Amino acid sequence: MHDVPGISEAVLWAIILSPLAAFTIITLYLRKIPQIAGYLSIVAIAISFLLALITLVDVLGAHGHVAIHSHEWFQVGPLELTLGVRIDGLTAVMLVVVSSVSLLVQVYSQGYMAGDPGYGRYYAYMSLFITAMLGLVLADNLFMLFVFWELVGLSSYLLIGFWFHKPSAAAAAKKAFIVTRIGDLGLLAAILLVWTRTETLAIHEIHHLALTGAFAGTTVTLFGLGLFAGAVGKSAQFPLHVWLPDAMEGPTPVSALIHAATMVAAGVYLMARFWPVLEVAPDAREVVGWIGAATVVVGASLALVQTDLKRVLAYSTISQLGYMMLALGVFGYAVAVFHLFTHAFFKALLFLGSGSVNHATNTFDMRRMGGLRKVMPITFGTFLIGTLSLAGVFPLAGFWSKDEILLEAWVNNRGLYTVAAIASFMTALYMFRAVFMTFFGEYKGGEPVDREDEDSHFHGDPAHPHESSWVMTVPLLILTAGAIAAGWWAWGKEFHHFVEAAVPAEALHKAPEFSYGIAITSSIIALAGIATAWAIYHKRLVSSEEIRKTALPIALLLEHKFFLDDLYERVFTIRVFQRGWNRLVERFDMLAVDGAVNGIGWVGTQSSRVVRHAQTGQLQLYGVGIAAGVFIVAIIVFIASPL
Amino acid sequence: MLTLEHFLTVGALLFCLGLVIALSKRNAIGVLMGIELMLNSINITLIAFSRFGESATPIAGHAFVAFIITVAAAEAAVALALAVSVYRSRQTVEVDQLDLLRL
Repeated sequence: MHDVPGISEAVLWAIILSPLAAFTIITLYLRKIPQIAGYLSIVAIAISFLLALITLVDVLGAHGHVAIHSHEWFQVGPLELTLGVRIDGLTAVMLVVVSSVSLLVQVYSQGYMAGDPGYGRYYAYMSLFITAMLGLVLADNLFMLFVFWELVGLSSYLLIGFWFHKPSAAAAAKKAFIVTRIGDLGLLAAILLVWTRTETLAIHEIHHLALTGAFAGTTVTLFGLGLFAGAVGKSAQFPLHVWLPDAMEGPTPVSALIHAATMVAAGVYLMARFWPVLEVAPDAREVVGWIGAATVVVGASLALVQTDLKRVLAYSTISQLGYMMLALGVFGYAVAVFHLFTHAFFKALLFLGSGSVNHATNTFDMRRMGGLRKVMPITFGTFLIGTLSLAGVFPLAGFWSKDEILLEAWVNNRGLYTVAAIASFMTALYMFRAVFMTFFGEYKGGEPVDREDEDSHFHGDPAHPHESSWVMTVPLLILTAGAIAAGWWAWGKEFHHFVEAAVPAEALHKAPEFSYGIAITSSIIALAGIATAWAIYHKRLVSSEEIRKTALPIALLLEHKFFLDDLYERVFTIRVFQRGWNRLVERFDMLAVDGAVNGIGWVGTQSSRVVRHAQTGQLQLYGVGIAAGVFIVAIIVFIASPL
Repeated sequence: MLTLEHFLTVGALLFCLGLVIALSKRNAIGVLMGIELMLNSINITLIAFSRFGESATPIAGHAFVAFIITVAAAEAAVALALAVSVYRSRQTVEVDQLDLLRL
């Protein structure tokens, strides 16, 4: 049981460097020949994926125990920065999730991005994005983790704003960058805090110090909350979730990657990585759990009122990330990672499915779809399985992970359990609302193609939708296999033992036993949600308009996204910053800075205006001055030393 | 009995007189005369020190004064020539009129 992963360090570095090399080569040499860029990028990710698989097998052989390869980078005074990789159960799982989903998304992009003028640039950014995420999960110290963390932020900015000539995309990219930056401030503060208190940034040393009590009390709580602030930004937790739905402005494969494997997973990964810190900081853990619960409800309720298919999925991601944080709040370290793992498959599947639908109809507006199950059978089938998995229906992947979250919550915190159970009803409801609106009923014609619009690279005919090409459907089918089967890894707590070996044993709690009561309850809740969606959106037993009218205040609240965007934009951005702070700064600049500069000039002018009267041009007056000066000096000398 | 103090007093009075003339006369010729007076007051002082002082070469003071008188004569010639030249170009030698430097 105490084996150490024997995987060579070079292999681990190669996992990061392979996509990085693709990024460099594409950026420097291949901008003119984009077709090669796509293949190069796919080959690079495939290498990373294969190496990640080899690593996973090796780490499985070592029962998920930790191996660290660390090298000194440079030293400034007492601050010693290292470059190193850390491999254990958690990292191995994340490596495989990130590289496999990335690989499928890259293949899918071949079809989705075909003919786009920025095709080469797209693959360069994607490679950078994947490099950053792989580096983030392999980093063995906080500093390196922070560097890759910010690289993830940068590349998400580039990709969300990929179609930067669209003002909405440019604005969404800025929003994502700035909102996540707010959280990153907390992460940076946490890093500075841990450095000043413990003089180390190595992850295993921080674990050790936290568990032995050397790093304890308020400090460790603040450290945990600082890390969580970073995770709130990156993982789109309430109240910083506002960037994620807007991030839909990017190309759909980018959304799939951000939502399933890379960016939003980074926050959950960070909290899981520092699980021993949360373990010894109950207050921070409580905050994580309740913020997660708030996010679950906010995300799920907003998903109910969206008409854009991608936005439904975006809010669904927010809600599912809330589940992961909630799990961390109730001691479910392994469960949170497990949900991250299963979620990656079915959420990537759903996003790529929505992209496939978009390719047929030229729209994401569900009110203009309908009836697509007949013309797009593969897309429909895979989307349906993804939806069932997300809703938590036995025996799909989502069932296992969601069930375990509910179980942990039931054992450790009944309040959080109630919230999670209600939200799982909403999950089933909003997802099947999307399925019924998109794939059932009559086809509403999609969005007519605007041939004048140069940005549109839509080649099909929305009036006659058809199934997408194999480069798009094969990744869907592979992900469907994942969405069905990924849950079975948890059988006999295999997954848990594997991931739990990544943290010291003192930090772990015994996971509660599988409970039929909880499993059956959660299944009934999910089926109830599906039935409700069927009644309202398929059979139309109750009109959704009627429901909207009866609960108008709630509907308005939801349609305005709880007024959070308004609060941030109108109150914080415009009132507090533009009108308040910026004006204050402007005044300071005009009065203090400009005042000082102009004041010096003014003093010079005014004083010379007085002094220049002495310069009469009368030679004799000057002579008087000279003589008077000589007399005065003579008198002074006489007084100082009389003869 | 004449002492050094008497000579120095005369020299100082003469110097002040010359200074007042040089600073108060408006005519450039008058100013030059004041300056001559100041020069000669210095000469009296130097002669007095030479006569009453203890020196290995008492003649040095006299020689010094002879040189000053010679140089002063040359300087007076130049100054008067300047005055004539100024009069030619400006039709005046009133020094308070000569304030070109002031703009």
